[in-house]
Amino acid sequence: MDTTTQEMVAPGFPRLGQPAPAFEAPTTHGMLRLEDFKGSWLILFSHPADFTPVCTTEFVAFAELAPELKKRNVELCGLSIDSTYSHIAWVRNIEEKFGVKIPFPVIADLNKNVATLYGMIMPGESKTETSRCVFVIDPNGILRAMIYYPLTTGRNMQEILRLIDALQTTDKHGVATPANWKPGEKVIVPPPATTDAAEERMRAGFETKDWYFSKKSL
Amino acid sequence: MPCIDSSGQMTEMARTMLAALSDGATLSELAQKTGLALYRVRSAVRELVEAGLVEAKDETHVLTEAGRAALARASGRS
Repeated sequence: MDTTTQEMVAPGFPRLGQPAPAFEAPTTHGMLRLEDFKGSWLILFSHPADFTPVCTTEFVAFAELAPELKKRNVELCGLSIDSTYSHIAWVRNIEEKFGVKIPFPVIADLNKNVATLYGMIMPGESKTETSRCVFVIDPNGILRAMIYYPLTTGRNMQEILRLIDALQTTDKHGVATPANWKPGEKVIVPPPATTDAAEERMRAGFETKDWYFSKKSL
Repeated sequence: MPCIDSSGQMTEMARTMLAALSDGATLSELAQKTGLALYRVRSAVRELVEAGLVEAKDETHVLTEAGRAALARASGRS
């Protein structure tokens, strides 16, 4: 039987920069807790339902993305309001029909505890399914990014990979990344916080449009 | 569960984990020895601790008496 922690869960939305909501839940890889992923980045994502076409294309795409994520110390964990038996049957079906093995665990969130903690259910779309949500959680358990897609639109894996690359680049180099940034391109130097620093910035040797807008190569 | 099935029997994963823990190991060492992701190792070790087969000593995990006996029985069968 699929059960998660029996505590009542208050509906809400997680917040960026704060600890991601803790959970313990049954998955296709056994009972897992959020803390089990400590030390790795985690992409926790939800899909509306097993054995549906858009979700199937996404699972195949996530599985194909997994090796690139592994290189970046990123684990994947899926979720929907289905049973572990349904998940097992579906991932076996994907392997049989599409030739793709699903390497990541999938949470069976039948009592909606995790979905509620993370605000994955959008009642305006569906009260019984989770939307296409992506939560990026860093190795310290801090929620770093969220993406919400509607039921009808499959996610873009390259954008998810780009987001991971951007976050890891920010952490490593203390910089920000501009619109449409890709690895190898110039990054944004954080704006100076004082008038003196602004003056210095103009002579700092960066590619500077004005005191608040500087780029550099890594 | 990955280590103990619904009939209370040890799974292949449990036997793998117990064998890898025969001389004690940290979670990272265990992940390296078994080739499993760290999250799976943490989950499996927690289950084995709850089953009384493994105990934590500082950062290292070791087999309990029951764990050694279970491993011996499993080895005898194979």
